[in-house]
Amino acid sequence: MSATETLVPFTDVLAAYDPALGLEVHVELNTATKMFCGCPTGFGAEPNTQVCPTCLGLPGAMPAVNRVAVESAIRIGLALNCEIAEWCRFARKNYFYPDMPKNFQTSQYDEPIAFEGWMDVEVEGETFRVEIERAHMEEDTGKSLHVGGATGRIHGADYSLVDYNRAGIPLIEIVTKPITGMGEKAPAVARAYVQQLRELIVALGVSEARMDQGNLRADVNLSLAPKGSGVLGTRTETKNVNSFRSVERAVRFEMQRHAGILGSGGSILQETRHWHEDTGVTTSGREKSDADDYRYFPEPDLVPVAPTREWVEELRATLPENPTQKRARLQADWGFSDMEMRDTVGAGAFGLVEATVAAGCPPQAARKWWLGEMARRANDSGTEIADLGVTPLDVARVQALVDEGSLNDKLARQVFDGLLAGEGTPDEIVASRGLAIVSDEGALNAAVDEAIAANPDVADKIRDGKHAAAGALIGAVMKQMRGQADAARVRELVLEKLA
Amino acid sequence: MARALAAGETTSVELTRAALDAIAAVDGLVHAYLHVDAEGALAQAAESDARRAAGTPASALDGVPVAVKDVLATTGLPTTCGSKILEGWLPPYDATVVARLKAAGLPILGKTNMDEFAMGSSTEHSAYGPTHNPWDLERIPGGSGGGSAAAVASFQAPLALGTDTGGSIRQPGAVTGTVGVKPTYGGVSRYGLVAMANSLDQVGPVTRTVLDAALLHEIIGGHDPFDSTSVDQPLPPLVEAARQGAAGDLSGLKVGVITELSGEGYQAGVLARFQESLELLTQAGAEVVEVSCPHFVHALATYYLVMPCEASSNLAKFDAMRYGLRVLPEGVESPSAEEVMRATRDAGFGDEVKRRIILGTYALSSGYYDAYYGTAQRVRTLISRDFEAAFEKVDVLVSPTAPTTAFKLGEKLDDPLAMYLNDLATIPANLAGVPGISVPSGLADEDGLPTGFQVLAPALADDRLYRVGAALEAALEAQWGGPLLDKAPTLEGAAR
Repeated sequence: MSATETLVPFTDVLAAYDPALGLEVHVELNTATKMFCGCPTGFGAEPNTQVCPTCLGLPGAMPAVNRVAVESAIRIGLALNCEIAEWCRFARKNYFYPDMPKNFQTSQYDEPIAFEGWMDVEVEGETFRVEIERAHMEEDTGKSLHVGGATGRIHGADYSLVDYNRAGIPLIEIVTKPITGMGEKAPAVARAYVQQLRELIVALGVSEARMDQGNLRADVNLSLAPKGSGVLGTRTETKNVNSFRSVERAVRFEMQRHAGILGSGGSILQETRHWHEDTGVTTSGREKSDADDYRYFPEPDLVPVAPTREWVEELRATLPENPTQKRARLQADWGFSDMEMRDTVGAGAFGLVEATVAAGCPPQAARKWWLGEMARRANDSGTEIADLGVTPLDVARVQALVDEGSLNDKLARQVFDGLLAGEGTPDEIVASRGLAIVSDEGALNAAVDEAIAANPDVADKIRDGKHAAAGALIGAVMKQMRGQADAARVRELVLEKLA
Repeated sequence: MARALAAGETTSVELTRAALDAIAAVDGLVHAYLHVDAEGALAQAAESDARRAAGTPASALDGVPVAVKDVLATTGLPTTCGSKILEGWLPPYDATVVARLKAAGLPILGKTNMDEFAMGSSTEHSAYGPTHNPWDLERIPGGSGGGSAAAVASFQAPLALGTDTGGSIRQPGAVTGTVGVKPTYGGVSRYGLVAMANSLDQVGPVTRTVLDAALLHEIIGGHDPFDSTSVDQPLPPLVEAARQGAAGDLSGLKVGVITELSGEGYQAGVLARFQESLELLTQAGAEVVEVSCPHFVHALATYYLVMPCEASSNLAKFDAMRYGLRVLPEGVESPSAEEVMRATRDAGFGDEVKRRIILGTYALSSGYYDAYYGTAQRVRTLISRDFEAAFEKVDVLVSPTAPTTAFKLGEKLDDPLAMYLNDLATIPANLAGVPGISVPSGLADEDGLPTGFQVLAPALADDRLYRVGAALEAALEAQWGGPLLDKAPTLEGAAR
C-alpha cells in the first residue's frame, strides 16, 4: 500500500458510497482427461509428465473437445438457472505468456455455453439474488516456478521453470453481473456467494473445488458509487483470492481503500490487484483497461458445440438437490439450531455429518464428533477434517459402540487415535487395544472395595450423606481400571456399599 | 508402379533406390528436398517387399515411395516448415497422414521444400533457398508446395503430399505439369499439419496421374478423431471414379465454366489450352455451360484477410521458450523473456511471414476486427453461396488452375501483390471448403511451359474430380501420345 492510500473506516464508507460487486470464479473440473486432449489431470504429478503434443501446443497438434467437460459445464449452468446455448463456439484469446504453450488460450468469448442465470445467497437471514451473466469453458495455463530469487517472483530469479501438467485442464469461469444494494453486507455477500457456489459445485460432483489447491479461484471486482447515485464506479479486480475469509476481507479492504482515494478527490485506476493473505491488503498489479486487446476470433480447429435439447434435459434430470434447500431440509430433520447448522457448514463438516447420520448415527452425536474431536485433531495436524482418514462410517460405528455401552467417550477417543494411526476398523481397534468397558461385576466390586479401603475419609463423608464426594472414589476406581469401567455402574456400587 | 510391384516386375527397394538415385543426381539443380532419409526409406521398402512376398501388402500402394511436404510432422525426420525458426526440429509425433502412409507401407523418401510456413506462390520464400522448376530451372515451381511438385515432375518421387491453403497443391501442379488435388475441407486429417490458416488448409496428393492421386487420397483420407474438423463419414469411391473417368464417357455430366475465372488477366497460351480441354470434355459427352460466380472477384481480398489473421495467431507459439530457435539479443546483459522472443522472431522469421503476422495482428485488433475479419467472413459466406448456386446448375466447375505459366525466379519477389494474383483461381475453393484438382492441360504456345486445368466439385463429392480429371487426362494423353511429363527436359540421372 502506498503512502497516498488511506483507509476510511468501514462505517464511513457506507455513509457516503454504495458498493457494487462482481465476482469471477474459476472452477477446475475433475474430468479424467484435459479439455482438448487425452492427457490425465491428476494433481501433484512430476512436472511435465502429463503432457502431449496438443497440450504442449506443439506445431501441428490439434485440439478436440472433451465431452465430459461440456457435460459438466452444462450441469453447472443448469444448477445456476442459466440458459444453455443451442450453439456456441470456442475462441482464441491471443496474448503472450511463457506458461501458455500456444500463446493463445482457447476460451469462449461472445458465445458462452451458459448465460443469464441466478443464485440466491443468504446472509444473516436476508436473501440476495446474484445474477449470473455467463458461465463459459476454457483451458487452464501451465505454471511457472521462478528459482533463485528471495520472493519466488520473477524479479530477482536466476531462472524460471515451467510445468505444463496443468495446461489444458478444463476450467469453467462463472461471471456475475454487478451485484448492488448490499450496503454493509457487501463483504459477507461476496463470501457467502463463493461459499454457496462451492457447495453447489461439490454437490454436482464436477470439481473437488478446493481453494487451497487452486481448484476454485475467485477474482473480486469492486467499485464504489456516490450513495444513491445509481451508477457504477470504476472497478478494480483483485485476482486469485484463495479462501472464503480472504474474499470477505478483500472486499472490505478495497471498499475502504477506494473510499480513501475518492474522498481525497482522487479517482480509481482500473487495474488488477494482488491480495496478500498475510498482511490483509491488496497491491497494484498490472494496469488494465477495456482496451485490452486479446484479438479474439473463433477457434478454427474446433467445430461448434451444439448440445441437443434432449441431452440438456437428460443432464437436468441428473442435478442433485439444491444445497441451500437441502440444508434447510436436513436442519429441520436433525433439529439443529441455526448456530449449530452454521458452525457445521462453516467447519466444512456438513457432508460428513450427513453421511454419518445416514450411517445410523444420531445427528447431535455426529455433529459433536466432527466439530469437536475431529476439528481439534485436524487443527493439530494442519489438515482438513475430511482428510484425517476417519470416515463417516467409522464415526457412526464408534457412536454405536458408545450407545450400546461398550465404550465411553474417553475410550472412544482412544479408538479415534487408533483410526488415525491406521490400526484398522473401530471393532478391530477395540479388540487389539483391549478398550471395551469391563462389565465383570466381580472385578468392579473388588476395585470399589479397594478404593473405599484406601480412602476412609472420603468413605465416611459419603456415609454421612455427602454423595457429591463419590466422585473421588469413582475417579480412583477408573484410574485403577484404566478408564475401562462404566462410571455410572461404579457410582451405583459405591453408593450401595456406603449406604 | 503399384501394378509392377503387384506383378512382381520390380521391388519396393528398387523403386526406392531409383528415386534416391535421382535425388542424388538432380536435386542439386532442382532443390526439391530439404531432408532426405535414404536409410529409413530403404528399410521401409525392404519391409514392404517382405509383405509382398508374404502375400500381405498393406495397401494398393504398399512399397511405392512418397515425398512429404516439410509442413507435416514426422518422427525421425526434421520438420522445419521452410523456416529458420524450426531449423532441426524433430517432432515427437507423426501427422495423421504420415502415420497413414506408414501404415499403408509407403516408404518416405524425405521432406520437400516449401515457402516458409506455406506462405508464398513460388517457393522462393523458403529460408533454405528456392526450388527450381524442372521444366526450366530459371523458373519457379509454384508455391508453397513447389518442392513436392518439382520432386514429382523431376522423377525424384513418384508420389508426394502437399498442403493447399489457397492453391499450394494445385498451382504448383499446374506450373510443373503434375496432378494436384485439394480434397474437401475436413476430408483429410490436418492433425500434424503445422497450420498456416486452419480454416483453409488441406492436405492432398501430388502425383503424375489422376489414378495415382485417387489411390493416395484414399490412403490419407477419412475421419480422424484427433482432428475435430475432419468429416465423420466414409470417402466416396475415388479410385473407382478415376477408373470410370479414364474409360472416357462423360455423358450426362454438366460442366460449368466460371465466367470470372476464364478471361481477362489470363495468359493467352493458358486460355488456349483451357479451351481445347473443354472441347475434349464436350467430345466425351459432357455438356459445357457458362456459370457466373459474382463474388469470386472478392475472393483474393477475403483470403488475404482471413489467412493472415489465423496465421498471426498460429505463429505466436514460436517464442523461443520450448523448441526451435533461440537467439539472445546482442549487448543485453540478462535479457527478459520478451527480449529473447523479439530477437528470435526477428532472426527466425522471413519477410513474408513477418508481413502476414503484422497484417493479421492488425486486422484482428480491436476496432478493426469487424471492418476486416468480420467483413471477410461475410464475403466468405457469399462465395460459398455462389458455389451452392452454381452446383445447383452444374455437376462440376472448371477454370484454368493458374492465370499464367511459371514465371522467372525473382521476377515477382519484390511485388507481393503480383505474387498473390497467382492464386486467384484456386482461392475460392479454399474459402468455401470445396475440393479441386489440377490436371496438366498441355504447354503454352508462347513459352512451352505447362498449364493446368482445374475442376471443382461440391463438398464431399471428391469423386467427381477424379472422374472428370481422368477423362480429360485420357483424352489429352491420346493426343500427346503419352503423359505430359514425358515432354519435360531431361535432367541427367533422373529415373523416368
